[in-house]
Amino acid sequence: MTVKMMSAHEVTKKVFQKEALFILDVRNEDAFADWKIEGENFEYLNIPYFELLDGVEEIIEKLPSDKEILVVCAKEGSSVMVAEMLSEEGLTVSYLRGGMKAWSEHLEPVKVGDLKGGGEVYQFVRIGKGCLSYMVLSNGEAAVIDATRMTDIFTDFAANKGVKITNVFDTHLHADHISGGRKIAEQTGAMYWLPPKDAEEVTFEYAALEGGNVVTIGKTFIDIHALYSPGHTIGSTSFIVDEKFLMSGDILFIDSIGRPDLAGMAEDWVGDLRESLYSRYRELSEELVVLPAHFMIIDELNEDGSVSEKLGTLFINNHGLNIDDEVEFRKLVTENLPPQPNAYQEIRETNMGKITPEEEKQREMEIGPNRCAVR
Amino acid sequence: MSITANEVLDAKGLACPMPIVKTKKAITNLEAGQVIEVQATDKGSTADMKAWAESTGNQYLGTIEDGDVLKHYLRKASDIEEKAETKYEDVLNLDELRNKVDGEESISVLDVRESAEYAFGHIPGAVNIPLGELEERFEELNKDEEIHVICRTGSRSDLAAQKLSEKGFKHVKNVVPGMSSWEGQTEGNQ
Repeated sequence: MTVKMMSAHEVTKKVFQKEALFILDVRNEDAFADWKIEGENFEYLNIPYFELLDGVEEIIEKLPSDKEILVVCAKEGSSVMVAEMLSEEGLTVSYLRGGMKAWSEHLEPVKVGDLKGGGEVYQFVRIGKGCLSYMVLSNGEAAVIDATRMTDIFTDFAANKGVKITNVFDTHLHADHISGGRKIAEQTGAMYWLPPKDAEEVTFEYAALEGGNVVTIGKTFIDIHALYSPGHTIGSTSFIVDEKFLMSGDILFIDSIGRPDLAGMAEDWVGDLRESLYSRYRELSEELVVLPAHFMIIDELNEDGSVSEKLGTLFINNHGLNIDDEVEFRKLVTENLPPQPNAYQEIRETNMGKITPEEEKQREMEIGPNRCAVR
Repeated sequence: MSITANEVLDAKGLACPMPIVKTKKAITNLEAGQVIEVQATDKGSTADMKAWAESTGNQYLGTIEDGDVLKHYLRKASDIEEKAETKYEDVLNLDELRNKVDGEESISVLDVRESAEYAFGHIPGAVNIPLGELEERFEELNKDEEIHVICRTGSRSDLAAQKLSEKGFKHVKNVVPGMSSWEGQTEGNQ
């Protein structure tokens, strides 16, 4: 039987379309327990590759005969070995090209809406890590928001669309992934905007993004209004794009809210977080479509793979927006928090320009799920 | 500190799964209790070496970073060691040893594990003479001193204590079970 290769793009489509897939994950048990490919109809078996060096006979009966099987490892090598062994036993299986490394880096662009005068908004779903980036296109120009470190995806996308990236934003200083914002700005000559309160220690030039700023994309059509909304970080700033979309950064997600502890200031920032979510956001139109910088669980994905919801709906359904008691709210966001993201201190320093790790190191720093939210 | 190994395996430049595949093969040629140094550049190899050693009963000693090279030290499993009966009668438990180590008086601890095991953590001040070298090196020790012999689980130290006793050492104590359960201070590469 043959061994097939499956790309991260193909697996992403299976996640979006809720297809069935049986994943044989051959990484070691700790790595699997920490982080795996999530899909609503995916089933799993975790057997470290080094337990299969003498043969795969023992696991064959644990594999389904009526489902597609995907062998997954960290970087590909071990999954190819195991897939070939299974193939020799007569099974048809695939391996994931580039392994979890590729999965972590894959971005799937999904269109989330139209803008006045023919513009578009795209969401870039980093399916393996739960990060969401955006591109706002209008009249030959584009803005990129919360870009990941895989910058080619954005610059290639803009080139294909025939638009020039003129403005790049980060809603806050990220702690869970390395921002590609500065690099894109350098490559394209775009303006790089950062909230100044998050940028006090940065080592590079940037444009100070503050509440009340309005940036126009495409000369005449689209405005991006900045809205100061601290709480996840002290500088966290949301954007209202074209009076229609609310880019909420890491303050508000679909089924969770931002955590205030990643800069070691949970106690100080919890009040800001509550103010942003319970006062500032309450003053906005409930018709705004919320586009967050993360999702935490795949249940937050819409049918087409996008992650978005009307603000009014979130006011009703999001538990984090419905805690009347301040003490209880404080408890939720400061106690029993999920583990902090892998290497988050180093990631913050990288995003400040204080350290410049090699690409391999950067990749390693980002391994694992994002953990920016509390539910 | 240089760490000696019975075998050095070069797995530099190899991607997963090859470092483990090669280690598995190389370790079959070792005698039980011997130490292998595996040189690898694959960053994922550290976690995998640990997990593989655990699943196979071999002992993962530790890893040293030397530039881009990761040097992993593993010791081949030894069944005898796990279940051997101890014969030497004058034994001391870890709590008693810890009281002495923490106390005012300086004491003499002889660690008879392999040098690589010793390198990754030993009782401060302990002298290392691997069991296999004791026959040639026992004269380095002072016969008049009280010597506390320790290994990982108490069986190598039992053999060492017997040997020293045969050589005329009168004040030898075997510390049981050994470093595997030691909770006091250690020094070395961690």
